Amino acid sequence: MSEQINEYIKNEYAAGFVTDVESETLPPGLNEDVVRFISAKKGEPEWLLEWRLKAFRAWSEMTEPTWAHVKYPKINFQDVSYYSAPKSMDSKPKSLDEVDPELLKTYEKLGIPLHEQAILAGVAVDVVFDSVSVATTFKTKLAEAGVIFMPISEAVHKHPELVQKYMGSVVPQKDNFYAALNSAVFSDGSFVYIPKGVRCPMELSTYFRINEAKTGQFERTLIIADEGSHVSYLEGCTAPMRDENQLHAAVVELVALDNAQIKYSTVQNWYPGDAEGKGGIYNFVTKRAVAHTNAKVSWTQVETGSAVTWKYPSCVLKGDNSVGEFYSVALTNNYQQADTGTKMIHIGKNTTSTIISKGISAGKSQNAYRGLVRMNPSAAGARNYTQCDSLLIGDQCAAHTFPYIESKHPSAVVEHEATTSKVSDEQLFLCQQRGIDMEKAVSMIVNGFCKEVFKELPMEFAVEAGKLLEVSLEGSVG
Amino acid sequence: MLSIKNLQARVEEKDIIKGLNLDIKPGEVHAIMGPNGAGKSTLGNVLSGREGYEVTGGEVLFDGKNLLEMSTEERAREGLFLAFQYPVEIPGVSNMEFLKASVDAVREHRGLPAYDSVTFLKLAREKCKAVNLDQNFLKRGVNEGFSGGEKKRNEIMQMMLLEPKICILDETDSGLDIDALQVVAEGVNSQRSPERSFIVVTHYQRLLDYIVPDYVHVLANGRIVKSGGKELALELEEKGYSWIEQEGK
Ligand SMILES: Nc1ncnc2c1ncn2[C@@H]1O[C@H](COP(=O)(O)OP(=O)(O)O)[C@@H](O)[C@H]1O
Ligand SMILES: [Mg+2]
Repeated sequence: MSEQINEYIKNEYAAGFVTDVESETLPPGLNEDVVRFISAKKGEPEWLLEWRLKAFRAWSEMTEPTWAHVKYPKINFQDVSYYSAPKSMDSKPKSLDEVDPELLKTYEKLGIPLHEQAILAGVAVDVVFDSVSVATTFKTKLAEAGVIFMPISEAVHKHPELVQKYMGSVVPQKDNFYAALNSAVFSDGSFVYIPKGVRCPMELSTYFRINEAKTGQFERTLIIADEGSHVSYLEGCTAPMRDENQLHAAVVELVALDNAQIKYSTVQNWYPGDAEGKGGIYNFVTKRAVAHTNAKVSWTQVETGSAVTWKYPSCVLKGDNSVGEFYSVALTNNYQQADTGTKMIHIGKNTTSTIISKGISAGKSQNAYRGLVRMNPSAAGARNYTQCDSLLIGDQCAAHTFPYIESKHPSAVVEHEATTSKVSDEQLFLCQQRGIDMEKAVSMIVNGFCKEVFKELPMEFAVEAGKLLEVSLEGSVG
Repeated sequence: MLSIKNLQARVEEKDIIKGLNLDIKPGEVHAIMGPNGAGKSTLGNVLSGREGYEVTGGEVLFDGKNLLEMSTEERAREGLFLAFQYPVEIPGVSNMEFLKASVDAVREHRGLPAYDSVTFLKLAREKCKAVNLDQNFLKRGVNEGFSGGEKKRNEIMQMMLLEPKICILDETDSGLDIDALQVVAEGVNSQRSPERSFIVVTHYQRLLDYIVPDYVHVLANGRIVKSGGKELALELEEKGYSWIEQEGK
């Protein structure tokens, strides 16, 4: 039956089409002029240009990290184009009616209609197409609650004090190679501010789409939840199928001030490459949150796409009693490689963190969990619970677990549990003998394995995530 | 119902079933007994179409259709049910979800509408009761952490829900205490009908006190070497298998 499993690996990627719009795309290459060009294009204030240049200079001195359990040919960063935008966006459309219908069609095809009446009830969406933000829906309704939700390029102009204060406060420009690169050339992304004591009246969501060939996408998301506020945010991503690899290096910063709660969910479905391992997105992402006193941050991610994933959504538990959570499903098939996990940095007293990681490997893929739990000397009474499960489908894939624990306070408690299991021939035979076909059987077993994580997702996305796994596993058994 | 002619099958290059004949009419209960390693479980696996069990000769007609041409799930949907000697666990998949998927697939094949969840839950609870399993077992993972006896009762529960035409029970009595054995036997007896046939594989005559067979066959060295009525089981209990194995050679 293992043979049948291996045969089934013929991944169908439904989001793999290309949109035919005229774009303004910078020629490949990166230097200070490119940074200046991007900044000028967005009419940025002087401080931001300086901020970018500082990042660029730092990046020029840095080297790519090589410690992750992934292998790919060396990237030539001078071969990537750092800016691309549909020409129609030049005139800065004021409403959806003015947006190029070709662009709107793209999102409809992806199942993300932007016309407000058609949108999932209660979800506001911002969409980023290559380097620019195309549309933000429900702006007025959010404004009534005092919530700011807009492209970060717009926030730079409209709320410079917030952007200047918080951008880079969680992930500094020099944090790591990819964060520095992003800081130098980031094009757009979403900005969210929830005022004191406000519960955001709807789910917020950003949808990222890479369209142009040979371009990288470098978006930046900044979410600030002021004291006592609540927000739930969802991020989704897709890209066309192309033979060459494409770079995606995002930065996400979350600031949860005292008593605030942020729930950040990701359904990542970048093009994973074909069954032979050709093409696909390199997903090198830095995501980090700071939680102040009594604040709570939850990261939930369902990662099914990308050729290579390098991503560790983290929580800095700075304030006393703050809470960090990380729920992750990472599925790799064919030749995909994922090195993903989290960092929980306990600084405040009585801080708690929970890590639930579910890795699923099929085909010839490599799936690694890498997690750091650090209890600082100040973190009296801190607790962490980590559960790390791997599921193997077939016998040519691999799962790896790299937990790092640094405990510098005697009263801190760190618990770690790990399991590895296999979808066995016996299980599949039992299902088939009961009339259940193999695809349904695998999807049932995989969904069962991910249950604890799916229940953390907003309802409508949990269903979607289940379906996505099914599609991603299509062909992983005969 | 099921007509097996000169069946030959091998596993991992080794001939296990070596020319087996068996004819089962609707409503009949056939017991198959035999020493360890005789090929009893192999027969169940071959009839179910398990991967790795290669048929090298003979034919099997199931309700007039060529069974050996059907896929594993088709055979199941057509009404062939195998109660496993060692039921496997599927952690994380609830028994309820599993049962619903199974019954849906079988009903769809028979052109019947799928049950709605409420009706199905009611039905599943009824069947739990019939085999003396607590309703909580529906919520638990398939066989996950079940005791040996609970697993076997779970198998019978599935059989009741699926309403198959032919049931192959592979040592369903092994590992059961006398109370559980009675529950299982009652479950099976309640399913006996003029349309449904059974192959009861067992090592011990004990089970046959409760599920009284129409025929008893002895399987040794991949063949049926002796057949008789229910009294043959008693004879085997007394004399063991070696005298027949000698005859079979
Ligand atoms: N999957 C398998 N791989 C290798 N050998 C097998 C397999 N299944 C059965 N056999 C062999 O076939 C023979 C019959 O086994 P089995 O059908 O389980 O006997 P029984 O159920 O009568 O005790 C044994 O020699 C056993 O080792
Ligand atoms: Mg056996």
